Amino acid sequence: MTIIATQSLTKTYGGGVTALSELTVGVEAGVIGLVGANGAGKSTFIKIMLGLTAPTSGDVRVFGLDPVTETDQVRARVGYMPENDCLPPDVSAAEFVTHLGRLSGLPKTAARERASEALRHVGLYEERYRQIGGYSTGMKQRVKLAQALVHDPDLLLLDEPTNGLDPAGRDAMLTLVHRIGNEFGISVVVCSHLLGEVERICDSLIAIEGGRLLRADRISAMTAASDVLAVEVSEGTEELFDKLDGLGLQVSREGRLLLVPLTSEEAYDSILRAVAELDLPLHRIDQRRHRVAELFTSKETADV
Amino acid sequence: MSDAGVIHDIGYQRYEGPRLGRPAVFGAIYQHGLRAAFGLGRSAKAKIFPWLVAGIVLLTAVINGAVKAQTNGQIVLFDYFSFDDTMSWLVIFFVAIVAPELVSRDMRSGVLPLYFSRPLRAFDYIGAKFVALATAVFLLLGVPQFIMFLFGAFTTDDGAKGVWNEFLDLAPGWGYTLIWAVLFASISLLIASFTGKRAFAAGGIVAFFLMTAPVVGVLSILPSTTANHLAGLASPMSLLVGVQSWLRGRNDLDLNIGDFGVVYGIEAFCLVAAALLLLLARYRKVASL
Repeated sequence: MTIIATQSLTKTYGGGVTALSELTVGVEAGVIGLVGANGAGKSTFIKIMLGLTAPTSGDVRVFGLDPVTETDQVRARVGYMPENDCLPPDVSAAEFVTHLGRLSGLPKTAARERASEALRHVGLYEERYRQIGGYSTGMKQRVKLAQALVHDPDLLLLDEPTNGLDPAGRDAMLTLVHRIGNEFGISVVVCSHLLGEVERICDSLIAIEGGRLLRADRISAMTAASDVLAVEVSEGTEELFDKLDGLGLQVSREGRLLLVPLTSEEAYDSILRAVAELDLPLHRIDQRRHRVAELFTSKETADV
Repeated sequence: MSDAGVIHDIGYQRYEGPRLGRPAVFGAIYQHGLRAAFGLGRSAKAKIFPWLVAGIVLLTAVINGAVKAQTNGQIVLFDYFSFDDTMSWLVIFFVAIVAPELVSRDMRSGVLPLYFSRPLRAFDYIGAKFVALATAVFLLLGVPQFIMFLFGAFTTDDGAKGVWNEFLDLAPGWGYTLIWAVLFASISLLIASFTGKRAFAAGGIVAFFLMTAPVVGVLSILPSTTANHLAGLASPMSLLVGVQSWLRGRNDLDLNIGDFGVVYGIEAFCLVAAALLLLLARYRKVASL
């Protein structure tokens, strides 16, 4: 099911700044990574989906609804977790999330029940009655996530959910996002400038740069074709290179390693045979799974 | 597995219940704002100031009512109208604390993106905050007025007719209080909406209301009758006294408005309308982030 569809979506701010240009993308349900460097247009894209700002031209549909004209219907089905600090320090998490639940249109009792449910799901139990001001950064991020979940949306838009968290906190947050996407049946768009962490939990990935679409595809499609065998021999690297090249394999060199794309089952055997025929001391041969990051390294210097 | 003490993870439950529309959301912000105005649901620190002011105003009303009752109506410190005029300083301090509590606080903590990513608009937000603050100011003055009414009603010698007469005095007093509430709420919210720093907002509100008072003083001693009559327009408090003169034909302070009563009425209306429109424009911008 396509949940988000855009057609030549363009947004220019006053002063001629182009935040998004001709973005055309269709997003399937699941956990979606939206990656790009700072200023790539991720936040603008989110704001357009929430109906907070109207696109300059082009078209956007969320669940088949237009956020510009059917704002309320869209917002009722979408939960948003902003990047910045957005919590008042002098109320308890339970009270705060309840209030925001009511602002989403839940009746009072339902809001209270859903708030404690949401806080429980993000891992805040007794702490939820304490004032938010005394929370750690990790707990605050959880409250922000809980307020996005409180009205039971069908889609969550998370803007940099791991911002400011330590490695353990990041892992916990990513696991939580993964659970929401897979166990709760809620689609999640995770914005991040860290490709490495979203690729672990996402089903598909949208990469944008300078407001333009770099690539959008399922993670499996991105990594499947990129399996590579790395071969290292103690001596005779040149001979092996020529031999494999002669066999019609697309060999490339990387330092002392020879990289051979694993295009077919036979490639593995023919490499072994070539090494044996040349009688070279084989040091190692292993299969490398390309990380998605490497697909972008030519264009993007992401700090993975 | 039904041992007591074992917490079962029942998993995520979808919400199937009703989702209410914007009127309910308006109500939720209103209720939240009204509670916040008196520090309910907040720390003890947040309760001190509003209740201190409310306490003083109440006490004044009780003393006033008691004196009137004791002396069989011979000594009346304030009637329902001059009660509002006399309490003006306290009302200023009250809105200077409460208006920033209602709007600057949200701005400061960055919570607005969470509000405006939900099905509500700038109008709902600012409308509900305005009605909440106006209600709070009305309660601040209206409840003590009602207490004065109770004193009067229980000590009347004319039975039901006396009570009814007393009520006929109270009703316009409440109307006057309502005008106070609307004017003070709109202006103080507008000033508070410009800064996220509560102290600055409070200072700005007090400054606005107090700095205008000397202007009235200067204008009213100018050797021009027209200037004297229009002097009250310069400050919100004297403006309200002028409106009182216009609607009631007299006031208890020495403000002579001549034949310019309608000008006072128009200015009060325009001031409220302008403040609310500016607020709405400001929050339209904030809401689009």
